[in-house]
Amino acid sequence: MKSHFSLGTSWIGRLLDARTLPLMVTIFLFIALFSFGGVMYTGFFSLQVLLDLLVDNAFLLIVAIGMTFVIISGGIDLSVGAVVALTTILEAVMVQHWHWSVWVIIPIVLTIGALFGAAMGWLIHHFRLQPFVITLAGMFLARGLCFLISLESITITDPTFSAISQLRIGIGNGSVSANVVIALTMLVVAVYLAHGTRFGRNVYAIGGNERSALLMGLPVARTKVLVYTFSGFCSALGGVVFTFYVLSGYGLQAQGMELDAIAATVIGGTLLTGGVGYVVGSLFGVGILGTIQSLITFDGSLSSWWTRIVIGALLCLFCMLQRLMERRTRRRADVGPPAAAAAAALNPSVAAGTAALGAGVEPLRAGTQPLAQAKLTLGVVAMATVDTTG
Amino acid sequence: MSVIKQILARGSSNTLIWPILTLLALCLLNLGFNPHFLAVRVLDHHLFGSPIDILNRAVPLILVGLGMTLVIATRGIDISVGAVVAISAAMAAALLGGSQAFAGGWSVGAAIAAALGVGLVCGLWNGVLVAMVGMQPIIATLILMVAGRGVAQLLTAGQVIPISNPAYLFVGGGYWLGIPVSLYVAVVVVAATALLLEGTALGLFIRAIGVNPVATRLVGLRANAIVFWVYGFSGFTAGLAGVLISSNLRSADGNNAGLLLELDAILAVTLGGTSLLGGRFNLAGTVLGALIIQTLTYTTYSIGVPPEATLVVKAVVVLIVSVIQSPTARQWLLARLRPHAAPARAPL
Repeated sequence: MKSHFSLGTSWIGRLLDARTLPLMVTIFLFIALFSFGGVMYTGFFSLQVLLDLLVDNAFLLIVAIGMTFVIISGGIDLSVGAVVALTTILEAVMVQHWHWSVWVIIPIVLTIGALFGAAMGWLIHHFRLQPFVITLAGMFLARGLCFLISLESITITDPTFSAISQLRIGIGNGSVSANVVIALTMLVVAVYLAHGTRFGRNVYAIGGNERSALLMGLPVARTKVLVYTFSGFCSALGGVVFTFYVLSGYGLQAQGMELDAIAATVIGGTLLTGGVGYVVGSLFGVGILGTIQSLITFDGSLSSWWTRIVIGALLCLFCMLQRLMERRTRRRADVGPPAAAAAAALNPSVAAGTAALGAGVEPLRAGTQPLAQAKLTLGVVAMATVDTTG
Repeated sequence: MSVIKQILARGSSNTLIWPILTLLALCLLNLGFNPHFLAVRVLDHHLFGSPIDILNRAVPLILVGLGMTLVIATRGIDISVGAVVAISAAMAAALLGGSQAFAGGWSVGAAIAAALGVGLVCGLWNGVLVAMVGMQPIIATLILMVAGRGVAQLLTAGQVIPISNPAYLFVGGGYWLGIPVSLYVAVVVVAATALLLEGTALGLFIRAIGVNPVATRLVGLRANAIVFWVYGFSGFTAGLAGVLISSNLRSADGNNAGLLLELDAILAVTLGGTSLLGGRFNLAGTVLGALIIQTLTYTTYSIGVPPEATLVVKAVVVLIVSVIQSPTARQWLLARLRPHAAPARAPL
């Protein structure tokens, strides 16, 4: 812990910390990509192009926020794209066929999305099933339901929907849609959830080491179900925003969005093994995906499939970077923290007691640095405790 | 009743009884709707009938499922198989018929070899990321899943390439001695795989890696090399499936070939009783699983349910199977079965 502290005092050291470095790389890459576009293509380097990144990807940002929480908790959610599609089609049916008001529809679809996520979370936790398999089933289920509801695309002609869809809010000499406002509000809420609430700290703790989180007395079951609930809610909200964006409901919409959301999260610096990541990173991850698309559109001569290849290559690059980080931190973990490790070797149960105390105090003191510092110690402790008791 | 108890106690993942029962139930359901479901006639020197049709169409899934079974047995997963199918199909079509990227006009043998080679290379790429770099399998293969469709479209220049070479079409759509050629391919590959795994110690090694990778390495096995080649095998079978699919459809579509095939393959493996936690595999189970999925698709078509509803049925099947496989549910069921001699409801 001491070595970390000395690193933390200088801001350069802090930027190059294993946890923030991927985020820094992402932000740098985003700026570099955008500047590259500005140099290469006339008219690219403008406020409106930057704002359009948000306008065109607001739904992806919202979905990626939910995905970030799930991945930080050590899980994965493959059902997000299907839930987005289901939401668009539910909205379209309610407004076009049943003529309900927008303000009734939105709470209903958000609740459905959240319940859908909660059900998956409950199955995953209660039966100890792999998140990958259950959310896959959720994806099948949601897509299938779309087609059971309607096989055709339903265009939305409701005046309120159109009004919200066409609403523009001026910023400088550019403008953004209502969707961007929703997405950015969600981002602020999510950052607060992740770093300012008990729920957020629990999510990080479970992602870091579920067993030690359990041993610390954290509500693992509730948090895990809540994480998937939150992701389901985000997917539904993404679906609402997507409906405003395209003004129609269709079961084939948002195909492969789960891949984009995972890619945005990973490129945003969230570690796939869980426990490390920032919600803000996903904003830049989405920004990078959007910039690549804009670059290819601006170029005109490049075909659309280059988007997928470039995203794949970026994904590969960032995963390699993560592996490198993991190896480095593991090497560091092998060396320190000396006191706890030595104590654990000599007398596991005593070490368990002291370190558990330390772990309890640490997050309170660390404030915005949720549990991450205590986690190392705790990992050792958890092992020791399990060894002695079991 | 005691049979159910025994099966539950032994663990459903070690027996072929569930997939066989499921397949039988599906066949019975079909017989109910169509009394001639199982009838096979000779028409135009070819065997003709629903069972042949199902077998023929299940071949790509069986092949991909084989590769997936081994990958899952090593505690991995390969979600790139659908994209690899698209790449290999695009490769063969581009070499045969030509696209903006290739001149075309290759011989059939060379085109098929190139398609299989591309599949193998894709698989080995996954193997490098998993075994050498040490990435999580789902992420390593996710990279190829994202980029693969782009690569396939690059090869076909975004077009659907029609294939007209009669020799190539024979592979996936032809008949030999009245039986579809692709069935021979499936039998040969399944038999060779089974022989290699059960005839040598390789099957044991793969299971050992799935049970405990670290211990396997410490024992002195070259676990990384085995995992590397297992992913290569998965890529190869996906490449083979790509050849068969493109030959059967007489075209290669970079965007839609093998779409969602990875999910069907995982489902087939799970249905066949291979545990998703690794360490066990069951090749015969996977073949049965693939047949169940194909029969299910056939059933939904034949009884007039919209084909899209198949997704809902699949979702329910995945949920039921994984819940039954989970130890929590099995303990709960056992506890319920013990006090009462006759259970009110049989599981599944």
